[in-house]
Amino acid sequence: MEKREYQWAWLMVLPVVLVVAFSAIMPLMTVVNYSVQDIFGPDSRFFVGTEWFKEVLRDPQLHGALIRQIIFSAAVLLIQIPLGIGLALCLPKKGPWVSVSLVLLALPLLVPWNVVGTIWQVFARPDVGLAGVFLNSIGLDYNYTGDSVDAWVTVLVMDVWHWTSLVILLCYAGLQAIPDAFYQAARIDGASRWAVFRYIELPKLKGVLLIAILLRFIFSFRIYAEPFVLTGGGPGNATTFLSQRLTTMAVGQFDLGPAAAFSLVYFLIILLFSYVFYLTILNMDREG
Amino acid sequence: MSLVLEGVSRTVGGEVYLDDINLTFERGEFNVLLGLTEAGKTTMMRIMAGLEPPNTGRVVEDGQDVTRVPVRKRSVGMVYQQFINYPSLSVYDNIASPLKLAGLDKGQIDRLVRTEAERLGIDHLIDRLPAELSGGQQQRCAMARALVRDARLVLLDEPLVNLDYKLREGLRSELRTLFADRDTVVVYATTEPEEALVLGGKTTVLHEGRVIQHGVTAECYRHPANTTVTQVFADPPMNLMPVVVGDGEVSVGGLLRAPLPGHMKDLAPGHYTLGVRPHHLYVAGADNLVTLHGTVEVAEIAGSVTYVHLEVNGRDWVVEERGVHPVHPGERFDIHMDLNRAYAFDSADQLVAAPDSQRG
Repeated sequence: MEKREYQWAWLMVLPVVLVVAFSAIMPLMTVVNYSVQDIFGPDSRFFVGTEWFKEVLRDPQLHGALIRQIIFSAAVLLIQIPLGIGLALCLPKKGPWVSVSLVLLALPLLVPWNVVGTIWQVFARPDVGLAGVFLNSIGLDYNYTGDSVDAWVTVLVMDVWHWTSLVILLCYAGLQAIPDAFYQAARIDGASRWAVFRYIELPKLKGVLLIAILLRFIFSFRIYAEPFVLTGGGPGNATTFLSQRLTTMAVGQFDLGPAAAFSLVYFLIILLFSYVFYLTILNMDREG
Repeated sequence: MSLVLEGVSRTVGGEVYLDDINLTFERGEFNVLLGLTEAGKTTMMRIMAGLEPPNTGRVVEDGQDVTRVPVRKRSVGMVYQQFINYPSLSVYDNIASPLKLAGLDKGQIDRLVRTEAERLGIDHLIDRLPAELSGGQQQRCAMARALVRDARLVLLDEPLVNLDYKLREGLRSELRTLFADRDTVVVYATTEPEEALVLGGKTTVLHEGRVIQHGVTAECYRHPANTTVTQVFADPPMNLMPVVVGDGEVSVGGLLRAPLPGHMKDLAPGHYTLGVRPHHLYVAGADNLVTLHGTVEVAEIAGSVTYVHLEVNGRDWVVEERGVHPVHPGERFDIHMDLNRAYAFDSADQLVAAPDSQRG
């Protein structure tokens, strides 16, 4: 009886298994295949073992991109998570303004990613863009195509504009789920606004914050379209992040072997970081 | 030493939540606030606590007007339906939180927290987080938090509804002893008549924002002031039937004609409402009972008791009968009523005759 039920279950998940196999596992195996061979053409290929991995791990260009990537993701989390929580706390809890503000907040999330890059490319241009012209007119020497600090700031601000809404919406949903009685109990205790945040709202938000941090980390760590459109990775290599470096290797230079090896390393890094984040936050929950 | 509500009213957006409430709660008393959902129980508690102000009227504590005094300057403990504890703090720190905010020193806090935890039977759980406790233990923790500061006013807003019935009975029986030796005004809101009867003390029956009866709990139950009380303060509610009294007889159209029972002898001729509790109706007939005909709507068999819902002369009645009585919807059904145990309400809906309390 039990056995038969198991067989049924396998049959029911079979379509999903097939889709995942074709869309994820088989391409991944292809990448593994490429990463251990040097391929000149369909009939001339050589097994090179860990050669590509060694080369990739020693590549200074990749080291630079990895460091920039880590700084970028860290900055994204440090800015967007507190900002998202703060803005979520400021949103109205009920009334006609709720739907208005939620729709406004959702707008940046609806814009295609390369369009976000285009918007900001025009918006920040020092000659005709609204922000660029304004910044220069108040005396700042701002030019994101020439100055690497300006380019970094622009990419970060763009990402904050694009993605903070996600954190806000998640936190807002979490806050709405807190019963009013918690706030009443805190008022009766005489707790301060800070204490209400620290001992009621923040612990109750832990679940959604875990999701927000994971999503924001993964998305920011594999960011491609927006900086590619905005700065093209420049000036120099200033805003070249991992995925862009990878594309240059694979498509630009056609170094398929090293690119495949690097893809696997990249994938493992994201997996590792996500797992560490997950464990950390889970532990925080246990310790309170 | 008391808490007095004087002409308290509360209207929100044209909707009347409370209408001219005048009540006195004494310290050391256990007060039950009984009413259906939306009767105004929670609003009344919020006003008593100072969480929201009344539109008109005053709240007077020990002779002092505290109507506009904010809640943090009062001395209030409150327990809710939901189990409200600080999620990231241990049971110990949860119970200690109001004391810390009140600025007590460490040794004093420790002593009070441990005493209170012990009284509520959670002293072995003191290092755990609320999420690691069962529902009943979480509510005990919330109660300890409300009681530990020895507040002058303790409000319990349906604290047991979210517990399963075994836990509920256990905690309910402890409640009276928990408050027995405290110099506190205790107010306990509930929708359940049985809970009021078990807890005893005094009962205030609220209905649609008004106090419809206030007094010693058992007395309110035995002498419901009007027919609304019989519906709120009895489960299943009392069965009602309009009757005509005259010539020493009580009659309902062609359905019933019977001599007036002893306690109704003095009623002037006229129209009345007769009330009979479901457990004073019987399936089996006897000499001293009068018989009514009804049509079965549904029968609930609750273990050893059967509740038969009937349509009697266009009214919905319930018969509570010991034992299992299989009956079928649509069946004609005779029920037998002891008029000596019936209540009578006059045309102004006031109780005018109640059965001798010795007879239940």
